[in-house]
Amino acid sequence: MRKGVMRPGHIQIRVLDIEEALKHYRDLIGLIEVDRDDVGRVYLKGWTEVDKFSIVLREADEPGMDFVSYKVIDNAALDRLEQDLRDYGAEVTEIPAGELKGCGRRIRFKAPTGHNLELFAEKEQTGKWGLTDRNPEAWPRNLTGMRATRFDHCLLYGDDLEGNVKLFTEVLGFDLAEQVLDPEGNKAAVFFSCSSKAHDVAFIGHPEKDKFHHASFWLDNWQDVLRAADLISMTDTPLDIGPTRHGLTHGQTIYFFDPSGNRSEVFCGGDYHYPDHPTVTWDTGELGKAIFYHTREINERFLTVLT
Amino acid sequence: MERYQITIINRDAVFSCKAGQSLLGGVVSQRQKAIDVGCRGGGCGVCKIRIISGDYESKKMSIKHVSADELAEGLALSCRIFPNSDMVIEALD
Repeated sequence: MRKGVMRPGHIQIRVLDIEEALKHYRDLIGLIEVDRDDVGRVYLKGWTEVDKFSIVLREADEPGMDFVSYKVIDNAALDRLEQDLRDYGAEVTEIPAGELKGCGRRIRFKAPTGHNLELFAEKEQTGKWGLTDRNPEAWPRNLTGMRATRFDHCLLYGDDLEGNVKLFTEVLGFDLAEQVLDPEGNKAAVFFSCSSKAHDVAFIGHPEKDKFHHASFWLDNWQDVLRAADLISMTDTPLDIGPTRHGLTHGQTIYFFDPSGNRSEVFCGGDYHYPDHPTVTWDTGELGKAIFYHTREINERFLTVLT
Repeated sequence: MERYQITIINRDAVFSCKAGQSLLGGVVSQRQKAIDVGCRGGGCGVCKIRIISGDYESKKMSIKHVSADELAEGLALSCRIFPNSDMVIEALD
């Protein structure tokens, strides 16, 4: 049952060099740099996003993800979710409004897979970048790189997928839209939706906690994915795999790495999900096709290279 | 352009790097498989090596995979090492 969580709000990614990272996220992926703060973090967003920011880059000695945050419909829903998290037994930390510039109060808690998750209800709304909300044009004309439209989801790796299913479905009100099961019925991957998207966050089973696989950005169509592939080659950016299609979610996709080794995805298309839809299941015996629908072969690097 | 000869002692492999090219970039450009290829950004730890000899410059790499002590002992991620001379290295699993 939905509990007022609407969508991914922002993700904070650690990078080894902030200016090199900006060449990737701003100049190549085409996100808009919107702000910086006094601890050196840089804030970005996709041009269609109404809220002020969705990506925060922080320079550190180890790449990876600091946290990912989901926006809830209002403060009443945030209060209810905070109480539900405490009742469930989560250790909840309050992050005061303004710790991220333009973002309201956040509540932070740990997933059973070890990842830092957050909820928040309020963020400054600066509107779609380059457009007004009265008689708006189709798109702004001065976009760069892949012209990514929004931060869509992230894929995370960790050990306790059953624990995450309980947290996300019973406490946070997401649906288990899609899963991968082994022959004994154990979960190897779980895809959650809090919207009508195929996934708002996904987890793959892995012995180590708190690993980051990728942050994903939405493009409008397959031609834009091919154009992204051209830009990856033109800039000599390390390619992981693609352009191709996933079996899981059926998205059309390409994966590549930022200059600190964090994986990025740009993708389009794929399935949709409503709360009354049954969970779609893939078997581990079909994992090659589930991950890469065309080659039907598992790429070792895609499964094991993480930050 | 200057090219440096790189010897991987425990793989019986020799390859060359152009000036300004990373060790891992040299391996990949010559279609060798002597070192595993991961993120190519100093983040995942897959291409870890031990440097036996040679001059080089290095870029920042994840402290989770190469600690400051290890770095001082010559351990490194080969995607972040840029040779300035011929080098001898050991691939690590």
